Amino acid sequence: MFHYTVHTSLDVVEEKISGVGKALADQRELYLGLLYPTEDYKVYGYVTNSKVKFVIVVDSSNTSLRDNEIRSMFRKLHNSFTDVMCNPFYNPGDPIQSKAFDSIVSTMMVQAC
Amino acid sequence: MDQGSAAGTGGTFISLSDTEQRCYSGLYALCQPDSSGKLAAGKVAELFRASQLPAETLHQVTEVCGAKRLGYFGCGQFYVALKLMAAAQVGLPVRLESVAGELPLPVFVGIMNELEMRYPNHPSTNESQPHILGSLTGSAPRPPADRPVLRHPDTSMDKQEAWSPPRSPGISPPRSPSAYRSYPYGAQRNGTDTLLAHDGNVPGRLSVPQENSSPSHYSLKLQSEHPVITCVASVERLVERAEIDYSDEPWRITEEQREYYTNQFRSLQPDLNALIMGTVAKNFFTKSKLPIPELSHIWELSDVDKDGALTFPEFCTAFHLIVARKNGYPLPETLPATLRPGFVEPGVVTVPPSEATEPLIVFDDKMMPGANQLEMGSVDLQMTSRPGVTAKQDTRDESRKPEFSPKRIPDPHEKPIQRVSTLKPDSPQELDANMKSRTRPRSYSSTSIDDAMKKVEEPPTPPPRPQKTHSRASSLDLNKLFQQSGQGSRPSQHSLSAKSGWLPPPPALPPRPPATQIFSFLPGSEKSSQKAVQQPNFADFSKFREEDSTLRHQGHAPQKPVRRKLHPESESATPPSATPYSAATLTKSTQRPPPKQKREIQMAIRKNRETNAVLTRLNSELQQQLKVVHRERVTLESQLELLRPVAST
Repeated sequence: MFHYTVHTSLDVVEEKISGVGKALADQRELYLGLLYPTEDYKVYGYVTNSKVKFVIVVDSSNTSLRDNEIRSMFRKLHNSFTDVMCNPFYNPGDPIQSKAFDSIVSTMMVQAC
Repeated sequence: MDQGSAAGTGGTFISLSDTEQRCYSGLYALCQPDSSGKLAAGKVAELFRASQLPAETLHQVTEVCGAKRLGYFGCGQFYVALKLMAAAQVGLPVRLESVAGELPLPVFVGIMNELEMRYPNHPSTNESQPHILGSLTGSAPRPPADRPVLRHPDTSMDKQEAWSPPRSPGISPPRSPSAYRSYPYGAQRNGTDTLLAHDGNVPGRLSVPQENSSPSHYSLKLQSEHPVITCVASVERLVERAEIDYSDEPWRITEEQREYYTNQFRSLQPDLNALIMGTVAKNFFTKSKLPIPELSHIWELSDVDKDGALTFPEFCTAFHLIVARKNGYPLPETLPATLRPGFVEPGVVTVPPSEATEPLIVFDDKMMPGANQLEMGSVDLQMTSRPGVTAKQDTRDESRKPEFSPKRIPDPHEKPIQRVSTLKPDSPQELDANMKSRTRPRSYSSTSIDDAMKKVEEPPTPPPRPQKTHSRASSLDLNKLFQQSGQGSRPSQHSLSAKSGWLPPPPALPPRPPATQIFSFLPGSEKSSQKAVQQPNFADFSKFREEDSTLRHQGHAPQKPVRRKLHPESESATPPSATPYSAATLTKSTQRPPPKQKREIQMAIRKNRETNAVLTRLNSELQQQLKVVHRERVTLESQLELLRPVAST
């Protein structure tokens, strides 16, 4: 059910990337407020140097996370992702099956809640 | 195959001790017994020859044991023959009576290698020694009844592989540390004492016969192992044969294994301190035919610094994990303590394979504290273990530079700085195995900002320099100009008296001197007019004429309008006394000293104009620099704002 949201947010990400010529790797590339006023969740985006996009969907019902926290989450995501990429057996585009990556992500999500 | 504790020929029963029994059964197997128990004559002959007994003695042995009679070597005959040979080697006569007593095992030079080979059709080449070694030790835990099973891996040994070292630790746990340790260091061992101590534990161990042989055999084997290890056909075949029985220490890399891994590493990368790149390693490990997800997992475990390349310890770890996996061991979730690079360090650095057992002991001692430290996983200890790896890090970083983005270059320098600050909040959350990896990515992410900051910091420094140069240059120019203008202005103001010949008027006068000239002329003209009024005109006239002539000679056109302009001024300056002549004289008189002044003044004006031009140029440049600096400042401030929330988290 979140796939739809994520896909729509991708459009916004693309729009933001194409607009700004500088600082593509800006960490706070995409901070949307509420995508839809009716649905209470926030979608945050982040783009790496290689145009890999991370999207975090956060439920607004819990106390909204601060900007710093979101940024730290993205940083951790980025770090874990680079670790996964370093594995020569991993082909970019495959679903990530790294247990370390999964553990980090789940830890992060638990922490956020 | 029977292993009777007694071998009978012609009714005589000879009791065999356990060791002898084992040895003989091994030798028996070596000689390719067929279904009925007969031994291949060729192999027996080889064995006999290897005993280095004179042919005569061998004939005697054959005769006595009953094989000659029978025409073949059966089990019993063979055993008797062996006993007789042992006796002969000791020096006893070849008689059945001599074998009744206790005898050491017969020594077969070269055949012991074959013995360990247990290879049916394989010639007694040195190359197969490690296989022998591996197969024997691998089979050690198994009861002798399983020997046929062992043959199976032996047959697959056709393909010469050096994977036997992985198998060699397959001796069951009580043996493996001691037997394995002592095995390569047989040269150091004290004969049979240790062997006998072990013997009681391990029934039917074929490795014992090896141990029972003289230490010289071991040195032989050791030396012959080395060339074998270097010839590797494929990883896959090697692993097929592995039947390691890891029980309590499956993750410990033994010396042989390390040696083997070293050679493998060298085949991929000659420098032991350098890295094996990810793609190279991938191709190499893919040969092991493990499924890709498992290889991926192994990689994750072994590449502790997450750089996409393997250092030598990482490579050993990965290789070891692959070996273990091939042998059926499930992959661990986290890296075992014994496989971590920090742990491996002391072994790799200090223990060459041919040393005494003492280094191994040291190795073990180091293992425990190292393992403990690693398990604690504290930041400090990891940082201390890092120095052991820093040498590799440096080379690694240097080798990484061409491959990875320049952002990673400042990593080693920034790691210690950032690790302390960032590890602490994250350490409770993360796995031990990933702690080291955290440092690099962390520095990676902030490196970009730091780099940007560094880059931003750099540009500000150059601007001051040109400023200085500018200022220097400008100051010089200005000084010169000021001096000149000062000199010029002063004499012009102190008009008449202070005229020196320093004012050769420049050929091109700036066309707009009137204001300054007028201004400078005004006081001058006032004075001169006053003087002209006061003094008789002769002198002035003369001067004026001289000057006028000189001036006219020089052709300074602007002076005419000046004079014209001076007319009303002079007239206005001196309205009451304005007769035409006096006016003329006045004007002329005013004009005469002024020309001198004019010249000086004009010189001064020119100089001033030049300085003005220079100054305006300088000003514009400075303005531009100021704009640049402003922009930089703005970007810096914005970055600082960015960093502040980042630093707070």
